[in-house]
Amino acid sequence: MLDYPRFFATPEDRALSSERLLPLELRRLSLQARGQRLIDSVDLKVQDPGISVIMGPNGSGKSLLLRLMHGLIEPTEGAILWAGTPMNGQIRRRQAMVFQKPVLLRRTAAANITHALSLRGVGRSERGSRAFEALQLAGLERQAFTPARVLSGGEQQRLCLARALSLDPDILFLDEPTASLDPASTLAIERLLIDAQHRGIKVIVVTHDVGQARRLAQDVVFLHHGRLIEYQSAPRFFERPESDVARSFMAGGLVL
Amino acid sequence: MIDLAQALRAALRQIVNLDPELIQIVALSLKVTLSAVAIATIIGFAVGGMLAVYRFPGRGALAAIINASMGLPPVVAGLFVYLFLSNAGPLGVLQLLYTPQAMIIAQVILVTPIIAALTRQTCEDLFEEYREQLRSLGASSSSIVTTLLWDGRYRLVTAVLAGFGRAIAEVGAVMIVGGNIDHVTRTMTTAIALETSKGNIDLALALGIILLAIALTINMALMGIRRLASNFAYA
Repeated sequence: MLDYPRFFATPEDRALSSERLLPLELRRLSLQARGQRLIDSVDLKVQDPGISVIMGPNGSGKSLLLRLMHGLIEPTEGAILWAGTPMNGQIRRRQAMVFQKPVLLRRTAAANITHALSLRGVGRSERGSRAFEALQLAGLERQAFTPARVLSGGEQQRLCLARALSLDPDILFLDEPTASLDPASTLAIERLLIDAQHRGIKVIVVTHDVGQARRLAQDVVFLHHGRLIEYQSAPRFFERPESDVARSFMAGGLVL
Repeated sequence: MIDLAQALRAALRQIVNLDPELIQIVALSLKVTLSAVAIATIIGFAVGGMLAVYRFPGRGALAAIINASMGLPPVVAGLFVYLFLSNAGPLGVLQLLYTPQAMIIAQVILVTPIIAALTRQTCEDLFEEYREQLRSLGASSSSIVTTLLWDGRYRLVTAVLAGFGRAIAEVGAVMIVGGNIDHVTRTMTTAIALETSKGNIDLALALGIILLAIALTINMALMGIRRLASNFAYA
């Protein structure tokens, strides 16, 4: 495990926390737009910590499902419950999200993190040290005072992940975080995710990269046309997908 | 027939010698314009930022009014301020007509829509990009506005300079509400108009050179800011 900053809760603390957010339950969750059901009656209960991977072909609703879970969009039907409680400000404060395209403010790398910390109510005196520790974690301490938007694509995505981790979230969402990155940057991100999971952070990641899913997943949510096709433990899913569409997808077939 | 070369020499002499009358006119112009731009910046940033982020009834209409006001003819703005501040007007009791304060009010009315509209555009563009990230972080609407204003700082400086350019070169409104009174409300533009009509080309030309220099400086500052912003990928 990487040498983690002091501001992180220990895995034990997190496991003992009386305010755990899991299980995550989706009940008959639907999202409709322009007469189309983009997410169609999804029922799902995610109980276990670790890394859950949401997979499926393009347009299957992976990113939408992630945004619904994080409360960035409202479902048209159904409910999302975190340990039995609907999403609220308090719950969102214990979550963080990394988007496919790095969203960075027009400030230095360090200032991007301190800004996020200030929005989460972290005291001014603590922000600087915490930002530096998060940058160290992502191997970006030398770029602390570099304008964030001149960093390379891989560094920008690592900075986004460092910003998310600096918030010490209990739940971390990632939407195709390595979609346009080279193998070295992908490896760096995946290491951070595996380590975050070891620290007790629940990671939910969207990917259409089967290799990445195999490397990371403890369980797999497979979607197609907005419907939940399978929810399985990773070994079982990769060994014997139950549905034809998942089998075809895993075999590299063209799933329409 | 005016000897242009001689007039130019006389004008430059006045500038080099820091002619007291010239300095007084330039100082008053800068005082009025800088005050107006400072006030318009505060109002424009707040209104533009809120229009970009908050959703409320009449938002579209307000944005349309502000956009339309960017092209407000200065004489019309001057006329409205005159009607409000004249003795018979609703604010006549303040006795502000033909004072620098009246000129500041007129310029604020002319400049605020420019700064507000450019601020709204800048903040809307940034908000489009940042929306999900800021919502994910749980930012309140007011903290979103301050984030957008800070991140749009380079583009907003150009908005302020655009407002300054309009105000410093403006003549119609300040003429109507200021009255172009010697040593009281005479600015560079109103003095140029008056001195030219009197045939006093030296002073008019000297003021014209200073106005041009200010315009040139603003444009160079704009270019410098744009280059700096693109170097940092902050544009």
